[in-house]
Amino acid sequence: MALNVQAYLMRHAQTLIGSLGRLARQPFASFLTIAVIAIALALPLSLELILQNALNATNAWRDAFEISVYLDKTASTARREAIAKQLQQRSDVAAVRVVTAAQALAEFRESSGFGEALDALNENPLPDTLVVTPSLAASTPEGTNALKTAIAAIANVNSVQLDTEWVKRLVALLDLLRSFVRLTAGLLGVGVLLIVGNTIRLDILNRRAEIEVMKLVGATDGFARRPFLWTGIWYGLGGGLLALVLVRLGVAALEGPVERLANLYGSGFRLEGLGWRTMGATVLAAALLGWLGSWIAATRHIRAIHPT
Amino acid sequence: MIRFDAVYKRYPTGREALADVSFHVERGEFAFLTGPSGAGKSSILKLIALIERPSRGQVFIGNQNTSGIKTRAIPQFRREVGVVFQDHKLLHDRPVADNVALPLIIAGVPRRETDKRMRAALDQVGLLGKEKSGPLELSTGEQQRVGIARAIVAKPPLLIADEPTGNLDPALALEIMRLFKRLNDVGVTVVIATHDVHLIEHFKSRRIVLGEGRVAAETAP
Repeated sequence: MALNVQAYLMRHAQTLIGSLGRLARQPFASFLTIAVIAIALALPLSLELILQNALNATNAWRDAFEISVYLDKTASTARREAIAKQLQQRSDVAAVRVVTAAQALAEFRESSGFGEALDALNENPLPDTLVVTPSLAASTPEGTNALKTAIAAIANVNSVQLDTEWVKRLVALLDLLRSFVRLTAGLLGVGVLLIVGNTIRLDILNRRAEIEVMKLVGATDGFARRPFLWTGIWYGLGGGLLALVLVRLGVAALEGPVERLANLYGSGFRLEGLGWRTMGATVLAAALLGWLGSWIAATRHIRAIHPT
Repeated sequence: MIRFDAVYKRYPTGREALADVSFHVERGEFAFLTGPSGAGKSSILKLIALIERPSRGQVFIGNQNTSGIKTRAIPQFRREVGVVFQDHKLLHDRPVADNVALPLIIAGVPRRETDKRMRAALDQVGLLGKEKSGPLELSTGEQQRVGIARAIVAKPPLLIADEPTGNLDPALALEIMRLFKRLNDVGVTVVIATHDVHLIEHFKSRRIVLGEGRVAAETAP
């Protein structure tokens, strides 16, 4: 029994190497198939990479809930400082920044270009503002909402604005992108199955005589199928590895421009490549797709071959 | 070993190849199937190797009714029957050694044992030393002997051959026939389909003469 298992494994090893040798004897055709698989896999991988980097880039903002607190125009400077101090002492507040009406006007004058129009106004229409940053623990939709309610109850507070809509929109957009990546990956995965299946189908037609002979001397369909399964696995592995190389080349080409762009925005953001985990999963999935594609094609077409 | 019981074979094309064929070949016999082309010799061999199924009637091989053999059991069945083809049916991209060893590899025989039996089979057909040659480097007669070595390597109790000397000159053909006879001498049941009536006159053996899909005559050894 042990001897038989050994013989079985030995035969498998031989088929494995044999199928590799067969691919090597037709380097151009094999490379074409592998390249097509690689391109099909590189597309969803690149999208995944974009998604990951978008998540990284927006992570810092997503937690940055800020609450703008507009005071009554009638509130005195002392009152303003008192409210700021009161807020500062809360455990769910990390920082309070005071923007006086004058500062706000100057800022607005600078950024809006309405300078001369503002000069026509008799008085500053802007109120004093406190910009409150919630503590890390309170930086949740619930926490900030509670904080907002508490602040609104303070005397001389005119209105409180918590702008989280854009964060929700961003999250929804990223979710959409994620679904799109999955959909693309699914479609192109089926594409890889079809590519491998069709290549194996042609391979089987070319070796029809050989399969007939094998069947005549007692080969089961499973035995005749084995080398084709290995061929499919090699196609998948080759395509998966080449896809990783393509994506890596793409990252290398984009790294410089992205860094320059990030620097212009004063951001330390750096383009991140594929993680080991993703790379491993890609190669494994590619090999599985290759195996499955060849299994479907080989099972179907080998069964149809009858010796005559 | 082989029993045909009122066997009819009609192909999908409508051609009736066998009509009411009955005969019996005993274990250990050496029998020729003869008759003109199209008489049904090949059809009988195809029915024996389960390449085809009878349209009507029954075929027994080694006491087993072949109609009871399911499609998935055919590979196992074929390992018990050695078949020699007129066109050899060798794998041209594999060396002689692999061609001969193929039935053993398929059966999962361990490598050491496979090598030993492959060499023994080549020795029996007089081709020991040609293991590494490609089939196309060999003469037609040698290729046919490689085909015979492959058919006997798994030591099947039954050996069938379809026009095994069809492409050979008379001297070579006789040599191949003697090889079959030697295999028969060690106990293998041999059935050879041939239209070469001159050749089989060298052998005192059973003849089943076919004509138009029927058994026209039978001679005892």
